[in-house]
Amino acid sequence: MSSQGSRAGGPRAVRPYVITGGRSGTPDAEPLPLETLVVASGLQLPGELQPEYRRIVELCQGMLSVAEVGAHLGQPPTIVRVLLCDLIESGHIRFRPPVGLGYIPPRPHHTPPQGPVAAHPPSPQRTYDEQDLLRKVLHGLEDRI
Amino acid sequence: MASKTASDGVYVSSGVTGAAKILVVGPMGVGKTTLIGTVSEIKPLSTEAVMTRAGALADTPVSPGKTTTTVALDFGRITLDGDLVLYLFGTPGQQRFLPAWRELARGSLGALALVDTRDLEASFDSIGHLEDLDMPFTVAVNSFPDSPDHGEAELREALDLLPRTPLVHCDAREHRSSVKALISLITHLIDTASERTR
Repeated sequence: MSSQGSRAGGPRAVRPYVITGGRSGTPDAEPLPLETLVVASGLQLPGELQPEYRRIVELCQGMLSVAEVGAHLGQPPTIVRVLLCDLIESGHIRFRPPVGLGYIPPRPHHTPPQGPVAAHPPSPQRTYDEQDLLRKVLHGLEDRI
Repeated sequence: MASKTASDGVYVSSGVTGAAKILVVGPMGVGKTTLIGTVSEIKPLSTEAVMTRAGALADTPVSPGKTTTTVALDFGRITLDGDLVLYLFGTPGQQRFLPAWRELARGSLGALALVDTRDLEASFDSIGHLEDLDMPFTVAVNSFPDSPDHGEAELREALDLLPRTPLVHCDAREHRSSVKALISLITHLIDTASERTR
């Protein structure tokens, strides 16, 4: 995947921002985490849809993380997130937020406490208590030995 | 690409209800991608994290008007217990990549810091970042054939590790050894979490 195209300066470096209409998310907002799981909802796509949206929906016939969608399509997560958020809003993609709260980094000093928020920053699911989640991961890894 | 099917193992199993992640951090060449590839059920993939210009060092070539630059991240996936998927993100440790850590660190369970004893200093930045971010981690010494044989006390002192930070040895090329390093991390995270709630 990394061998595709040049990392900077080539058409690929410009084009993604054209795809999203110049949007790349709000710099200080919490983006769709890379491990968020996404899957096509099965809702029929409108005929005139941009090909980039269509490619995401076609790829997401099974469940994948945001990171995997970006990697398979050769698009940076900043772009894929914007497109996915649009598709979530239009009902074509369903998502599962990451489980557990995990680590929360301290806010950078320059960030205003209430900055603008990107569309659909999924809050973590509280499916698991932190300890339960860790034990589940532990047992799952032990099963792999 | 459009021909991917569930049977290729590309997709996360439909029984999975959510994902968690851990970071595998360390300098270039320390074995992050090797370890991820060893334990991952998919061939490691590559994505990018964005750094703002403010985070880039003066020597980083940044064209005028360009406010962000990217760093490549390799990652892999392990399905656990059928309904939980764990992602491992390889995160470069150098000082100039620190801004990319903030987003990646958010929501992570913890980090495995890989160390190459042939160049301990190269790991100082990663370990320092983890301590600065107050993120729980375990140090895993990736053993190379020509790695010098340091005692644990000597390594701890050289890396200036806190007594509570576990230090384990692993061979990133070996599945069992790499999984055991992850188990050591998760065990440490459980201990850390139970101390916090006590």
